[in-house]
Amino acid sequence: MSDMNLTLHIWRQAKGTAAGAMKTYQVKGISEHASFLEMLDVLNEQLQEKGEEPVAFDSDCREGICGMCSLVINGRPHGPDAGTTTCQLHMRRFKNGDEIYIEPFRAGAFPVVRDLCVDRKAFDDIVAAGGYVTANVGSAPDANAVPIPKEQADRAFDAAACIGCGACVAACPNSSAMLFTAAKVAHLAHLPQGQPERLRRVKAMVTAMDAAGFGNCSNHYECEAACPKGISKDYIALMNRDYAKSVFVAKDAKAVSDGAG
Amino acid sequence: MNLDARIPSGPIAEKWNRAKFELKLVNPANKRKYSVIVVGSGLAGGAAAATLAELGYNVACFCFQDTPRRAHSIAAQGGINAAKNYQNDGDSIHRLFYDTVKGGDFRAREANVHRLAEVSVDIIDQCTAQGVPFAREYGGTLANRSFGGAQVSRTFYARGQTGQQLLIGVYQALARQIAAGKVTMFNRTEMLDVVTVDGRAAGIVVRDLVTGKIESHSAHAVILATGGYGNVFYLSTNAMGSNVTATYRAYKRGAAFGNPCYTQIHPTCIPVSGDYQSKLTLMSESLRNDGRVWVPKKAEDVAKASKDPGSIPDEDRDYYLERKYPSYGNLSPRDIASRAAKEACDDGRGVGPGGRGVYLDFRDAIKRDSQAKIAEKYGNLFDMYARITGENPYQQPMRIYPAVHYTMGGLWVDYHLQSTIPGMFVLGEANFSDHGANRLGASALMQGLADGYFIISYTLGHYLAGINAATGKVGTDHPEFKRVEADVKGRIDKLMSIGAKGKRTVDSFHKALGHIMWEKCGMARTKEGLTEALKAIPALREEFWQDVKVLGERETFNQSLEKAGRVADFLEFAELMCQDALEREESCGGHFRTEYQEGGEAKRDDERFCHVAAWEYQGEAKKPVRHVEPLTFETVKLATRSYK
Repeated sequence: MSDMNLTLHIWRQAKGTAAGAMKTYQVKGISEHASFLEMLDVLNEQLQEKGEEPVAFDSDCREGICGMCSLVINGRPHGPDAGTTTCQLHMRRFKNGDEIYIEPFRAGAFPVVRDLCVDRKAFDDIVAAGGYVTANVGSAPDANAVPIPKEQADRAFDAAACIGCGACVAACPNSSAMLFTAAKVAHLAHLPQGQPERLRRVKAMVTAMDAAGFGNCSNHYECEAACPKGISKDYIALMNRDYAKSVFVAKDAKAVSDGAG
Repeated sequence: MNLDARIPSGPIAEKWNRAKFELKLVNPANKRKYSVIVVGSGLAGGAAAATLAELGYNVACFCFQDTPRRAHSIAAQGGINAAKNYQNDGDSIHRLFYDTVKGGDFRAREANVHRLAEVSVDIIDQCTAQGVPFAREYGGTLANRSFGGAQVSRTFYARGQTGQQLLIGVYQALARQIAAGKVTMFNRTEMLDVVTVDGRAAGIVVRDLVTGKIESHSAHAVILATGGYGNVFYLSTNAMGSNVTATYRAYKRGAAFGNPCYTQIHPTCIPVSGDYQSKLTLMSESLRNDGRVWVPKKAEDVAKASKDPGSIPDEDRDYYLERKYPSYGNLSPRDIASRAAKEACDDGRGVGPGGRGVYLDFRDAIKRDSQAKIAEKYGNLFDMYARITGENPYQQPMRIYPAVHYTMGGLWVDYHLQSTIPGMFVLGEANFSDHGANRLGASALMQGLADGYFIISYTLGHYLAGINAATGKVGTDHPEFKRVEADVKGRIDKLMSIGAKGKRTVDSFHKALGHIMWEKCGMARTKEGLTEALKAIPALREEFWQDVKVLGERETFNQSLEKAGRVADFLEFAELMCQDALEREESCGGHFRTEYQEGGEAKRDDERFCHVAAWEYQGEAKKPVRHVEPLTFETVKLATRSYK
């Protein structure tokens, strides 16, 4: 197949406080073997040759694991291929003459920094609220002291595979971060090490998620469809169950401690 | 220049314990009076920031990505070594120490490597306690796999995403300290210079990548954990943002740079497909357990082999690793397999576009074990290959070629991980310390976490104990901070003013530099080639400073300006690398000088080069001075590596 010429409609926004708009560009001579982000690299070289500022977009590892790349491509976070980050999407998925619409991950809690880059610090805040095991260096027992059944370790891994990209939020009509939050809750809930703080964790993380301005789940499951790592929506049910428990148990615990004076 | 490595006295196995007792302590109530800057949030930096905060120090941590969880440690696939001997197969701290010294081709410091092997066992405990979901057996105990350069199974892993899971563990520990107020995190902030006052590290100057503002931060000590410099080659398996700026700036402020020429070139990566290529993707070393590497025997078969590899009968294929290294075959070490692939392609027998590729063929393994069996072992890697190349590796062999992967060189550090600037410590890939001239698989993660979780907390405490908390920290209003800030701003102004009129993009310069480095300072180096590179690099640098194009504004989010600053530093650093490669007149590990070989194999010169080269900056346009730290091998006997 010969090289492609494409029409790109790209969101340009000088900074967070400025108004943005879609702008149209022609890009020529794209190889089918190039990745989507390499296609944008070529565009940026062509723009600079003409004295125009390049389009800002985030990427780092370009291997589908760091979670830095984003982009809504033709209306879909990370583009048309299931289980694929934008950096792993390749141009052979497109054909000569295609028009492609490229926008940032949009959500109230992900303000635009510039063009296609957004600020996902709200995710850091959710994890900081409780997405960890309190285990200072120096305090750990031997790693084989607590056996963990393989199936359980595998389930924990499945949830821990989340790369924190935010596609779930961008895909959700409510801009909900419940899949992201639930993945962390489930990762640690499946491990014995996560049990002591299990209810305190879920409560704090859900509270932080709400405070950051993310919406709630109304069972569209767009998040699961958009997730490049196949994180299951079932974790949301687990999170909701644990959260409900945390509300009642915490009340009981307080009553007990109050009663005991 | 003082290159005292401060290695504790006594037998090798007792040195670290002795040091831990002898090192001074900061009492718990006083720790909160000290502040520490950590640059980088990967396994080394993130672990150090979290651990020091747990102890009570006040930490400021910086990363250029949008969150600390993106650091490039995340991309490590295979695993992490530890001398747990859970497999009862004869592993021990001494054996891990021995394998690492030998794997590094006897160019690492014995005492550091032994300490690394000692703390490796604690790393696995710590990570498990944090909830890292390592692979497990049905009985619930931890699973292990084997890796190159070892005869035991000591590699712990989490599917093919071990680096990701370890980094998430670090990130969570860091997040806990951020919430506790003990770590202040600066995302999208890039360190652009180091400030020293009275010869000690006093702080750093950074650029807020969102606002473009230049700011200073001061502390009682500075830790650099900013990774390797593989991107000097433009194409590498490193992340797009990985760069040398932090360590190179420190070098220019007085920190010695150790063994800059030591580069690891990984044999199994997906080859370059075109000019637009931005990075190279690694295919795990484990594939060589079942794949057979070959090229056609005759150059005239190349076109046919490239079009339809299956049409080349066995007798016309050269399974060159099996032929040259019968006892190790396709599992020869990384440096050797890489050079053999280059030789085959230089011989005109490379396959695929541009003739820069060799086949990694699973035909025989599929015939022997069935496609389902192979898919079970390597399914995710085969999928990744198919996604990137559009070819089906079950039906036709993978095309692979070596690519730059890791840099063993880095800032020189002593046993305390302190650079030649007092108060500046360097951790992880950014330092030069533990891997000698070649790193073994699954050892990078081990070193990053060893430095960050288990070593720096002791050695930094010793340094701080000698500093007055009240008077030992200089304010950012100190004239030296103002001077360095002015330097940084001046450099950005210069880039912007040239950039407004320049005609050639930053990437175009970076690609040109990468081409020089790959050709002249890559897998095989010669005196002639390095001498040419030492002429070509300054010429390119001069052109850069006259004609680079950088659009946009200074005080905005400006990715071209970010890249321009990094490439400007690569253009200087590349010269240091070539100089080091030129003056190391021997072949060892990843450093192969064509003139120094025996029967096609690397030939070390222990008489003349059994030492660390530590380079000291002398000023613009002046040749840096090469200092030497002799290496003594008291425990492991110097021997020639052979894999035939």
